[in-house]
Amino acid sequence: MAKVVSVEEAVCLIKDGNTVMIGGFMGCGSPHKVIDALAKKGTKNLTVMCNDGACPKFGIGKLITSGQVKKLIATHVGLNPEVGKKMNAGELQVELIPQGTFAERIRCGGNGTGGFLTLTGFGTTIADGKQVIRIDGKDYLLELPLKADVALICGNKIDKQGNVWYRGTTRNFNVVMATAADLVIAEADKLVEPGEIEPENVVTQSIFVDYIVDGGNA
Amino acid sequence: MEDIKGFIAARVAKELKDSDVVSLGIGLPTQVENYLPEGVRITLLSENGIVGEGLIPSADDASLYVVDAGGQPASVLIGGSFVDSAVSFGIIRGGHVDVTVLGALEVDEEGDLSSWIIPGKKVPGMGGAMDLVVGAKKVIIAMEHTNKGAHKILKKCTFPLTGIKAVDMIVTEMGVMVITDKGIELIEYNPEFTLEQIRAATGARLIISPNLKKMAG
Repeated sequence: MAKVVSVEEAVCLIKDGNTVMIGGFMGCGSPHKVIDALAKKGTKNLTVMCNDGACPKFGIGKLITSGQVKKLIATHVGLNPEVGKKMNAGELQVELIPQGTFAERIRCGGNGTGGFLTLTGFGTTIADGKQVIRIDGKDYLLELPLKADVALICGNKIDKQGNVWYRGTTRNFNVVMATAADLVIAEADKLVEPGEIEPENVVTQSIFVDYIVDGGNA
Repeated sequence: MEDIKGFIAARVAKELKDSDVVSLGIGLPTQVENYLPEGVRITLLSENGIVGEGLIPSADDASLYVVDAGGQPASVLIGGSFVDSAVSFGIIRGGHVDVTVLGALEVDEEGDLSSWIIPGKKVPGMGGAMDLVVGAKKVIIAMEHTNKGAHKILKKCTFPLTGIKAVDMIVTEMGVMVITDKGIELIEYNPEFTLEQIRAATGARLIISPNLKKMAG
């Protein structure tokens, strides 16, 4: 069962040099309170996996601007000019992965499969160094699982046991990331009592969540 | 031409059929939904997690919780739904998208496409484009014919590729082209330009269709 902690306690669980998955899509569905506390604490040399670089002063962009990220693994960074600037200055490594491959590799990391085969990226630089497997005359790339030390996710309603319900498009990468890290910290827009989210509507099950931070948006 | 982007988007919209599942890229392709022919209703997939995306909401209705693939406020239609990224890209790779409309830096006569990096200059990243070009049944490139005069339609792409043999059709302000086994075939031309002007603006051999038509925006 997940434990409710303060945001300060939560970010103390993230260590220098950790690999951290952070949910969200251009900041939509990102755990903003946890990100702010992590920026304040100054935890450094992080490898961050997130769909994008958000914006310089918004979402995970704050951690890039503050120089806490050593390596960013993402699918799109064009809307955060800080990423390109730091990359060209040699202060940030960036690895770009096709978005569907990124999601599915994380899903593999969480569901015990040893990778998956995709046509995506065949014939491009994405295929460099990857095993090609031919099935029914088509060339697929073998893509391997992605895992992390910590996943930081955000749900609109989270019950005190750790069951998560997402609103709108905030599911994005939160759902797969919650399954693929050793430690999962979930920020709740609204913290509710067990039972308030009907079992049919639980999207991320409490067994995946270790710690809950009350975002306080009741 | 005053509104080049609108003209291109309007022509692309004519390619969409009733009940198509469609994914539109950021920028010019997004405008296609404004020009849907009467009686054509499509299901718009926003790859960040909307099946059945609606029109862009007014500032008052905008929610922090619903955005499109560009991170801008969006809405969902009645009957639409939200999915996570793994499901969304399962829809895309699984062949459930009929048409995708994307922008491009370069397209070549093999149907190869470059759209995610200009080495040493810009590295925006591929986002969902690499998955869309292998998964969608039809890939339409909507773009201006040249980059301020520099060729974008080439014999061979020079930038790193987004996909190979991926493109089915190119729509520009000058015309409509399809990629065939023999190369790029011009099937419609904009009468504001001569065929010589279109050829000069194209960095690949242009096959003129025997059934060449005038392009209607």
